[in-house]
Amino acid sequence: MQSETVKMNVSVWRGNRRDGGYLSYKVPMEDNQTILDVVTWIQHNEDPTLSYRFACRVGMCGSCAMMVNGIPRWTCRTHVKKVLKDNAIKVAPLRNLPVIKDLATDMDRFFDNWNKAGGVHHSDQTRNDEIELIDPNKPARKIVDAGIECINCAVCFAACDTVSGNDQYLGPAALNRAWTLVNDEKDADRPGILDLVSGNGGCHNCHSQGSCSEYCPNELDPMVAIAGLKRETMRHLISQGKTDA
Amino acid sequence: MIQPHRSHTLFLAFLLHRISGLLLALFLPIHFWVLSLTLTAPNEFDSMLAWSDNSFVKLAEFVLVFLLAVHIFGGLRLIALELLDWNSGQKTAAASAVAIAVFVSGIFLLRAI
Repeated sequence: MQSETVKMNVSVWRGNRRDGGYLSYKVPMEDNQTILDVVTWIQHNEDPTLSYRFACRVGMCGSCAMMVNGIPRWTCRTHVKKVLKDNAIKVAPLRNLPVIKDLATDMDRFFDNWNKAGGVHHSDQTRNDEIELIDPNKPARKIVDAGIECINCAVCFAACDTVSGNDQYLGPAALNRAWTLVNDEKDADRPGILDLVSGNGGCHNCHSQGSCSEYCPNELDPMVAIAGLKRETMRHLISQGKTDA
Repeated sequence: MIQPHRSHTLFLAFLLHRISGLLLALFLPIHFWVLSLTLTAPNEFDSMLAWSDNSFVKLAEFVLVFLLAVHIFGGLRLIALELLDWNSGQKTAAASAVAIAVFVSGIFLLRAI
């Protein structure tokens, strides 16, 4: 005899950039089930027009972040049992980014900010130069190591209230990236990065609310990275003043 | 109701720092105006001192001392985070700032009553 399947109530935000609302679905509970599994079940069994974004399903690609019960999370690594409240779950697109459709957001601003913060490698070497050896135990290299595991999921961007209130703000991920490059011995334009992140919308806009570090699924600490940029930009400004004088 | 993504220690510390800062900014002009009475109207100042001896004002002063202390110690935490490269245990530091503020304002209240 088959036992009756327990079902949970799932509200999913449906709509586009202009309007939309929550639709409710009854989804069967499984022993091991992630939020991404739930969304996929709805698409496969209830409504094939449901749009959402995912790729690797193992927490590497950073594609599947959504708001789950009001908190930004990587849905492929978020177990239903961890977030289920009164047998219900609410899934919405990431905050602070325009919705394309349903749970898929337009991430242009998020990725554009990486470039605005100087988040590309600036090289002064050619392929003919010897590869520079970097001691992994150097303090600066340890700072870089602490920040390079970002998977671009935009959870920090969605969690940040400074991003919500300031269109120019570069956001935690872009600034964290800039901090890793500022500490990277191989980067040839560290003063240039400090200039980019100290302008309008730069690191000094951060209010150290800490939501980025609280919700980063890879347990990075963008708030501390941004504090480091604030310190370095101030030091850079003072040393520039001395040089000019 | 506070939104779910804001329900964590460091956001609450941010909120407390902002609210205490705003309330202190509102209090300071009144404080300076009352002090100015010592020069412009000493009699009025004396009567205000006598009025301030009631328990409601004492309680308000306790709140004021708490706001001042929590703003000072919370501010020191932020300065240390940004200038001193001291960044571990931020949640503990934020909670400690509140604990110290409660202690300082509690001592003030006990001495006042």
